[in-house]
Amino acid sequence: MTMPEAATPGTSGWSAAIGRRGLTYVLPFVVVAGLWQIASLFFPPFLFPSLVDVFKRCFDILTSWSQLADVLATVGRILAGLAGAFIVGAALAVLMVRSRAVNDFLSPILTLFQGIPALSWVVFAIIWFHGIEPRIFFIMVMTTLPAFTFQVLSALQAMSRDLMEMVMSFRPTRTKLFRVMIIPAILPDILTAWKVNLGNASRVVVVAELVGATGGVGYELLQQQQLFDMAGALAWTLQLVFFVLIAQAVLTFIESIAFKYRAVSERSL
Amino acid sequence: MSPPIISLAQVSKSFGKSGASSAYVAVDRLDLQVARGQLLALLGKTGCGKSTIFNMIAGLTEPTSGTVTVDGKNPFREFDSFRGKMAIVFQGDRLLPWRTALQNVELGLEMLDVPVGERRSTALRWLGTLGLKGHEHDYPHALSGGMRQRVSIARAFATDANILLCDEPFSALDEMTGRTLRAEFVKLVRENGKTAVFITHSINEALEIGDRIVVLRRPANIAIDLPLTTTTPAAEKEAIRTQIQTALAA
Repeated sequence: MTMPEAATPGTSGWSAAIGRRGLTYVLPFVVVAGLWQIASLFFPPFLFPSLVDVFKRCFDILTSWSQLADVLATVGRILAGLAGAFIVGAALAVLMVRSRAVNDFLSPILTLFQGIPALSWVVFAIIWFHGIEPRIFFIMVMTTLPAFTFQVLSALQAMSRDLMEMVMSFRPTRTKLFRVMIIPAILPDILTAWKVNLGNASRVVVVAELVGATGGVGYELLQQQQLFDMAGALAWTLQLVFFVLIAQAVLTFIESIAFKYRAVSERSL
Repeated sequence: MSPPIISLAQVSKSFGKSGASSAYVAVDRLDLQVARGQLLALLGKTGCGKSTIFNMIAGLTEPTSGTVTVDGKNPFREFDSFRGKMAIVFQGDRLLPWRTALQNVELGLEMLDVPVGERRSTALRWLGTLGLKGHEHDYPHALSGGMRQRVSIARAFATDANILLCDEPFSALDEMTGRTLRAEFVKLVRENGKTAVFITHSINEALEIGDRIVVLRRPANIAIDLPLTTTTPAAEKEAIRTQIQTALAA
């Protein structure tokens, strides 16, 4: 007599659970894609193009160097803007944590910056700067700077005072204090800040390129709009989505290596 | 007779605005000297200013008035000159969670620019001495409370500092683990010829550890100062216990 399957739940139970979980993630995308494809049967292509057309356009973009260069230009602008904002923001946060006067002076200014719409920064950049790249870099930095500064500031302020005192009791030099204590302590918050700002930056860069650039994803989107080419518009949008997904995956991978020291509770939230 | 290695002369420390009615006096004109090689137990009730004295000796805070000198220098103003000369065992283990037990013990040696190979072998030796062989690469969350405190003791001893400051390091442990670690700690201090200031609120702990017990009143000032030796008879220790209890009750 054979044992019933329920008696050996181990491997088959896990694979079923993984399968269910995978389906939960994939199902919404499949449903949206299915609805889009059905709509494409009833509406003209300039409203709802077939998904086959969209994927063909995606393939063209990725295999044609001149088009891929536009994607890479946009990616470069996002990363340069984020790097610039992070460096300036981290420096400002350190100054703010060291001096109450600097904190009192800068906090309202950064809050004010947060209230200025991205499109206003685009207009200011066009008026103030001549070249395309300085304009876009300025827009990217100004729109992500306040968030980076406040996130690094909050991380610095939340550092454990007990651990700080312990490290200070060994009389470290400033460089060593940063290396052994401050950077590892604030790294989780820094990575979270990058994840959040990455999404913001990818939205802002399109606006910046739409108005003030002669290349890049934003510029190409403008071309597709003028041609009423919905398949192209979707394909160019998907390039940015792919980039954000890849960048998020890289950050998650870094987290999994850098934070392996964290205890994992068997009972999750 | 050699001069004291730690000296506090008319030291006061108050928190809040000086002279204001809200100012809190934690230490009041304290005179205290600790001889080289002495193991001093500083005993007092919770909130009597023990940790404030500790922080002033460690150079982490400055007295409001009076002078603190350690090895002839001001530990607050000449903070960096004590690198490698003073080590601290805190009340909690205060291990860096992102470092393994081995890397935590290496911390003080890194500050002293000890070459990697040398600091690794020193850290391994101290972890072995404290019974942590096999746990070198464990992160703090994977260690028990007693093991973590052992790592913090290893971290303090690894730098071979002459002065050890201990702020109730075993108070959070169970009685058995605390007693074992105390015995190991005293043995290591004596074997290595260190000067140690051991803060505690437990009379038993003070009697087990110190070769001198200073009982503090509130705000921190010396109520009684009692010498002890390892050969002090049990009956005499009981008399000392009664004396301490009376002083603490007062």
